[in-house]
Amino acid sequence: MSIWKYANPVKFLALSARVQPFAWAAAAIGIIVGLGWGFFATPDDFRQGSTIKIIYIHVPAAWIAINAWIMMLIASLIWLVRRHHVSALAAKAAAPVGLVMTVIGLVTGAVWGQPMWGTWWAWDPRLTSFLILFLFYLGYIALWEAVEDPDTAADLTSVLCLVGSVFALMSRYAVLFWSQGLHQGATLSLDKEENISDVFWQPLVLSIAGFTLLFLALVLYRTGTEIALRRTRALNVRLDKTT
Amino acid sequence: MIALLIRDLRLAFRAGGGFGLGLAFFLILVVLVPFSVGPQSALLSSIAPGVLWLGALLACLLSLDRLLALDFEDGTLDVLASAPLPLEAALAVKGFAHWITTGLPLVIAAPFLGVLLNLPPEGFGWLVISLMLGTPALSMIGCFGAALTVGIKRGGLLMSLLVLPLYVPTLIFGAEAARRGAIGMDVETPLFLLAGISLGSLALLPFAAAAALRMTIR
Amino acid sequence: MMPDLGKYATEVLSAYGITLGLMAVLLVLSTQRGRKARTALRRAEEETARHGKV
Repeated sequence: MSIWKYANPVKFLALSARVQPFAWAAAAIGIIVGLGWGFFATPDDFRQGSTIKIIYIHVPAAWIAINAWIMMLIASLIWLVRRHHVSALAAKAAAPVGLVMTVIGLVTGAVWGQPMWGTWWAWDPRLTSFLILFLFYLGYIALWEAVEDPDTAADLTSVLCLVGSVFALMSRYAVLFWSQGLHQGATLSLDKEENISDVFWQPLVLSIAGFTLLFLALVLYRTGTEIALRRTRALNVRLDKTT
Repeated sequence: MIALLIRDLRLAFRAGGGFGLGLAFFLILVVLVPFSVGPQSALLSSIAPGVLWLGALLACLLSLDRLLALDFEDGTLDVLASAPLPLEAALAVKGFAHWITTGLPLVIAAPFLGVLLNLPPEGFGWLVISLMLGTPALSMIGCFGAALTVGIKRGGLLMSLLVLPLYVPTLIFGAEAARRGAIGMDVETPLFLLAGISLGSLALLPFAAAAALRMTIR
Repeated sequence: MMPDLGKYATEVLSAYGITLGLMAVLLVLSTQRGRKARTALRRAEEETARHGKV
């Protein structure tokens, strides 16, 4: 028994089918309760007014946007080292989800920034890094679409993901060097107990959990889609040969 | 290795090799800038380092599709892949050849174009030094991008989409060094970081590029 | 029921609206693609079965 047995598509699909109902349900509960709680039942911030409510989407979306890329990086590494197809397809399945979350993070940030900072957009390090992350997602997805042979596509996108991660990290520090920040520090951090008060913190954590579960459920489902597409392709190739 | 370098250089200088196209593009881009932002010399001189860096970067990008595509079509890459010379070394050489034919002319031309943009006198030296340090990274990153997309039909636009985000750190540090030099600020930090990126790219990207290329021509 | 959003109502509501809209698009596209892929797979499997052992 090891985790690698789920590299077998059949085993993976069986596990995924068992996990998915719970993931979807828990994601729905987390998001509905978290966002509902945040939207209807939290007080306004004394400085930000009701715009504080945007935090319940902005922070979870940003969290997923970054972690989706990290998950893609790990999946790409597994594909390059151990050649498990499920891994490559999971990375492919996660990319559009990460892209959408990046857009949500950018858009909600802009909507919040307009009244608070007086501008939709500022070339602040965090905002700029996120925009660069968005470009990396675009390039990654475009490369998947462009290469015809699925295994070559998996190979090339994995290499791009690896190199891209290094350069994305460098860009992160480059923009820190390049511009002074407007964005507040981390909302969540491990070393500090809390940076925001409990009233906002609790629904936020719930919402983050909901978004994470939604990501999990979506990636499982979309990986299943990719496996189905791959298998159809293989079957059709065999049919053409025999008929 | 040296034979490969000489071959690449000779091909580039020969008619139709595209040598000088990047340079001409750089010139035209710099000439177009005052048309788009206006001829005020104060404005031009403050944006000159950034514009020159961006122009050099785009000129470099423009010449990338020739880096591997022609060799891929006529089968040279297959020969290189099975040659005793490691593919990593071959790609490093090709990146170096690209730098000599594209990066170096850009570095030499930049100060003359700086005159057109009213670059402050203190800025010339730092502009040349920053480009000198930064363009090898541009060539090597470009070589990686070309290796990723060489098997794709009409991959030119896709390659720009992949390569431009990778150019971000180089551009930031390079343009920052040139900008600081032009206004008389301390340039050491961005220059060191820029040199670091170049050295890191030279050391590691040939391996990534060779890996990508093997996946394509397998 | 509706909380008083004060002068920032437009911002807050549009942020929530855009987010839910984008997530709905993502969900709909994912399920559409998923359903299409799964029916195609079923058809291919049936055809393979009909052709006997391959």
